[in-house]
Amino acid sequence: MTDTVKRISVLMVFLLMFLSLSATAFGTDQAAEAVLVPESSSMPWWGWPLILFVVTFILGILAVLGGVGGGVLFVPIIGGFFPFHIDFVRGAGLLVALAGALAAGPGLLKSGLACLRLAIPVALIASACAIVGAMIGLALPSHIVNTALGATILGIVAIMLIAKKSEYPDVKKADPLSNALNIYGVYCEASSGKDINWQIHRTPQGLATFIIIGVMAGMFGLGAGWANVPVLNLMMGAPLKVSVATSKFLLSVTDTSAAWIYVNNGAVLPMMVVPSIIGIMLGSIIGVKILAKTKPAAVRYIVIVMLLFAGLRAFLKGIGVWT
Amino acid sequence: MAGKTEISEQIAYAKILDKGMKIGIVILFITFIIYLTGILTPYIPVKELPQYWSLSVHEYLEATGIQAGWSWLHRLNRGDFLNFVGIAFLSGVTIVCYLRILPILFRKKDTAFAVIAILEVLVLVLAASGLLKAGGH
Repeated sequence: MTDTVKRISVLMVFLLMFLSLSATAFGTDQAAEAVLVPESSSMPWWGWPLILFVVTFILGILAVLGGVGGGVLFVPIIGGFFPFHIDFVRGAGLLVALAGALAAGPGLLKSGLACLRLAIPVALIASACAIVGAMIGLALPSHIVNTALGATILGIVAIMLIAKKSEYPDVKKADPLSNALNIYGVYCEASSGKDINWQIHRTPQGLATFIIIGVMAGMFGLGAGWANVPVLNLMMGAPLKVSVATSKFLLSVTDTSAAWIYVNNGAVLPMMVVPSIIGIMLGSIIGVKILAKTKPAAVRYIVIVMLLFAGLRAFLKGIGVWT
Repeated sequence: MAGKTEISEQIAYAKILDKGMKIGIVILFITFIIYLTGILTPYIPVKELPQYWSLSVHEYLEATGIQAGWSWLHRLNRGDFLNFVGIAFLSGVTIVCYLRILPILFRKKDTAFAVIAILEVLVLVLAASGLLKAGGH
């Protein structure tokens, strides 16, 4: 294990221990009834937003190094270890994922790695269903949301561990729907300098899967990149780089619709959202700079362990075992 | 790269997205500085925030008397609500991008994608409208 990865591992263990202890020492009771929670915490008001900024900065680095989106890390970790209610965490999570997608989108589109024609039909289904998911999520009691979130995160961990990736899926023939919509493309593979022609298949099945993805993205405030990439790559047959890039861009549409639901239902606190967005964006910039010096595979396993811990925390919190 | 005719709407989308994202982040940063420094008095004093952020959104709205939806537009003289300008801007950039590519799609007679893009605009506008209210818990 390289020195950098060792340092990151130690940092992550320390971070999770610190968050657990802070939540115990300074957190307020999330099970409060519908009355103002009396100020019982000894933490100054700026304490948690500052910790949030630092943590999201680290998450931004890890997201780049581990090849995951910021949203899938943000919601379970912030929701599990900070005193913020899961409603506000999800609203912030969507805006964090949205900001990241908006920042990455232009470059990915201009380079041709992200394909607008692939994204547009998918985005329509995913964004409409994200609205439904957001409304369901805001209507559900928090313990049900936490339980379902925990189970989903554990499922995501399983997907990350067992899902294969295919750099250049073998799509022998495009299906009639993708032919009718002219969903195909060419991109320049940087490693070889060659132009890669691609087409997709199983378009109806893929679009149907995005119904589920959209609902889950809206319900849990997750970015959905963890699901977009396998569907685009393994089910529909888009090359891996096109799948990753299009997925990132796709989030800017899917998360827009869900984010509006959270904004218009009052589930957004600027004191949470802005430090989170700035933290993750700065962390992503640093992550890109150190990416060349780390082994992404090793960091990815660290991220998986963190998600496993956060997912268990959310699940146990939801069922009342670890409150 | 995709074929030349496909790039035109893709590049147009990317250019608007790029500008919109940068403007939105700058607005967000400036309004947050105004909020933190207290240049505009926030509706909820910052020292009281810890008493609210652990409540569910339904409890939070009841306790603070805040109305959801676009009511924040009436409170732009408050430091915390001013931040919604940047949040709304970033959340609205995608709608502008879709509107930008519609003429290109119609010019190309790409009817299927033009219809899909119009439907997407309608979905996003519906989400942004404030008409969809989630039940409380």
